[in-house]
Amino acid sequence: MKPKRVFLALFIILVFALNVLGEEKSKWMGIDEAVVEKISAEHGREASEPLINTDQGDLLLFLFLLAGAVGGFAAGYYFRVLMEAKLEVNKQVLNQQRG
Amino acid sequence: MHKKQSNTSSKFLGIILIFATYVILETDAFAMHISEGILPLGWAAFWYILMIPFLAYGIVEIRRRVKMELYLKPLLGLSASLVFVISLMPIPVPIAGTCSHPCGTAISAIILGPFLSVVVSFCALLIQALFLAHGGLSTLGSNTLSMGVAGSFFGYGAFVMLKRFRLSLPLCGFVAGIVADWATYSATAVQLALGIKGEEAFFPLFLKILVAFVPTQLPLGLLEGFITSGVITLLLRRRPDLMGMIYGLRSQEVEA
Repeated sequence: MKPKRVFLALFIILVFALNVLGEEKSKWMGIDEAVVEKISAEHGREASEPLINTDQGDLLLFLFLLAGAVGGFAAGYYFRVLMEAKLEVNKQVLNQQRG
Repeated sequence: MHKKQSNTSSKFLGIILIFATYVILETDAFAMHISEGILPLGWAAFWYILMIPFLAYGIVEIRRRVKMELYLKPLLGLSASLVFVISLMPIPVPIAGTCSHPCGTAISAIILGPFLSVVVSFCALLIQALFLAHGGLSTLGSNTLSMGVAGSFFGYGAFVMLKRFRLSLPLCGFVAGIVADWATYSATAVQLALGIKGEEAFFPLFLKILVAFVPTQLPLGLLEGFITSGVITLLLRRRPDLMGMIYGLRSQEVEA
């Protein structure tokens, strides 16, 4: 069996398992809800709405995806800049050695 | 040619699978950040006052170092984007049934130094508070203090201390990642306990919050260790000269 197929099978099982577990616990609560907000509520402190409330419908999903894409692009861009800087340094060293 | 196409399609498939996991599992915003309005105004202001000197010194450091270190700008960009993405990424922990995220501050503290890491964390948290309903503006001071200051300084301290014992840099990075993550959540527990305790005793409430964090953060701390170690290994392999410049390492140490 090819490794790619094994990986795909494991991936499907993992997603299925996570979904089943998630349904049992109603949802995968964030630790902010499960701990921070829950304990705060017990002590009479409720979280208020954020200044710009983007937690409406799928808007937050869109913004998370956008943020991840922009952040990932920026990380890749700066990593490439660092690698190109290395090539430049190597070229300079070679030129110095040649003459 | 055919092999190249097959590699490209595998990478494309991988990206789709990762994206699908993210979309399938995503249901809400998940965070360690203290949400808007949870801390009383006095405590929120207190954490701001405590955090501001670190932030101010970090900004001064950036302005000073950027003139001398040519590689600082791309390193700053790389670290900032990594901290932003890592601290935004909800990771499900099946044994706890909850989601939380690593912080990434150990990476930025090791690469840039702890003060610059505070600035990076502040910027990431500010964007998250403004546009992603993650944390809040009134709690920005406390969140920067826990993630930026405690995470960066404890992570950096662990890295530098272990390096003195001549351990390999990826191993030092692994421990630094764990320490940074656990320090962040411990600091959050202190802030939350002080903010909401009222007439109650501080220590039992602090312990209660800390213990509630443990099932999620214990494995996530280990994951943060692996992420930090991975980034350090990548930089050591691709830019050993850079790590040498940052830490003034001898070539044998870098190769080790």
